[in-house]
Amino acid sequence: MKCRVCGRKAAVEVRRQGQAFCPEHYLEWFEHQVERAIRRHRMLRKSDRVLVAVSGGKDSIALWEVLRRLGYATTGLHLQLGIGGYSQRALEATRRYAGERGLPLIVVDLREAYRLSIPELAELTRRRTCSVCGLTKRYVINRVAVEEGFDAVATGHNLDDEASVLLGNVLHWQTDALVRQGPVLPAKEKLAKRVKPLYLLTEREILAYTLLRRLPYQHEECPFSVGAKSLLYKEALNRIEAQSPGTKQAFLEQYLKRIEPVLQAGLPAGEVALKACERCGYPTTGEVCAFCKTWDQAYRWARKKRILPGESVFAPEPALRFAPERPN
Amino acid sequence: MKVVLRTPDREERELKGPLRVAELLKRLNVVPEGVIVARDGELLTLDDEVGDQDTVEVISAVSGGRR
Ligand code: SF4
Ligand SMILES: [Zn+2]
Ligand SMILES: [Zn+2]
Repeated sequence: MKCRVCGRKAAVEVRRQGQAFCPEHYLEWFEHQVERAIRRHRMLRKSDRVLVAVSGGKDSIALWEVLRRLGYATTGLHLQLGIGGYSQRALEATRRYAGERGLPLIVVDLREAYRLSIPELAELTRRRTCSVCGLTKRYVINRVAVEEGFDAVATGHNLDDEASVLLGNVLHWQTDALVRQGPVLPAKEKLAKRVKPLYLLTEREILAYTLLRRLPYQHEECPFSVGAKSLLYKEALNRIEAQSPGTKQAFLEQYLKRIEPVLQAGLPAGEVALKACERCGYPTTGEVCAFCKTWDQAYRWARKKRILPGESVFAPEPALRFAPERPN
Repeated sequence: MKVVLRTPDREERELKGPLRVAELLKRLNVVPEGVIVARDGELLTLDDEVGDQDTVEVISAVSGGRR
């Protein structure tokens, strides 16, 4: 197989586009794809201060690298979830990348900020780990972005993530979740703009980029991801993709272009009004937001079980300032 | 040849070469869309051939869970 640009031996094939590239032209192609997605959906302006949510995995590290190369002023945000050695190695990979490039990195350790780790939070509230983890991450990322005045939050969601979420939502006809899919979620009062610049690139393409750029990243998976439904959906989509290249992209793009607008127009209430949470002031559809509810409940049990001292009261304001680490 | 699977836990296999990458993945029952195949840090395409003396890495691209 030959590079479509220079004719040298190809290193990466992009079958959904019937193309293959040598390492040099693959990197060029990849970065161009991201740039195009950003422009097409007006995700970011050149002057924006961008907060990149970095887990330490290939997607978020690749995203940070591309945004940096495209000239955006980026700051990384890494959450320490407290999931044993996995979380520690995630932080190491993230710090190594930020350190090598001299990029500012904010690390929020949940145990320092809110006194409990994700596994503790799940156990105390008796809820699924990924569910309390997801809502905590969304909340803290948004809070940091709003408080520190960032113009947008960028996340590493890729084509496989988006297509598998779509498949899951379609299989269960989750109409309210369906109308919230998309590469850009606009800013609202105390809600930072969220963008997904990698949403049209596959995981395989992102891995190829990470390897060719020799970026440090965490290959290991979170122990709680084992058996996740999303993995089943991804595997199913990849089997279809192998027989019929381009299916994942068409599935997602055509949905966003043709179906979502119809759904949005046809749904009764349309958009649900957001109010300020009574506890923290951040947007919610109820009286108290899911984050405050969940953490408040966890604190009650933690006091009963004497994991936290009897006088501990949950406060949505974190016990630390969100400041970037000094690059060493 | 030696095949090192990282999906993502490390696992080693022995296969007889020479083989095309597409055939190698078929024998391992791995869907090509979910992996990158490399030899000494060089990324390979499905039509590349790997020999008996090679060490080949099959690296999973699929990452799990909710984010
Ligand atoms: S797999 Fe679940 S617990 Fe692990 S980081 Fe992702 S959301 Fe959190
Ligand atoms: Zn080339
Ligand atoms: Zn709240």
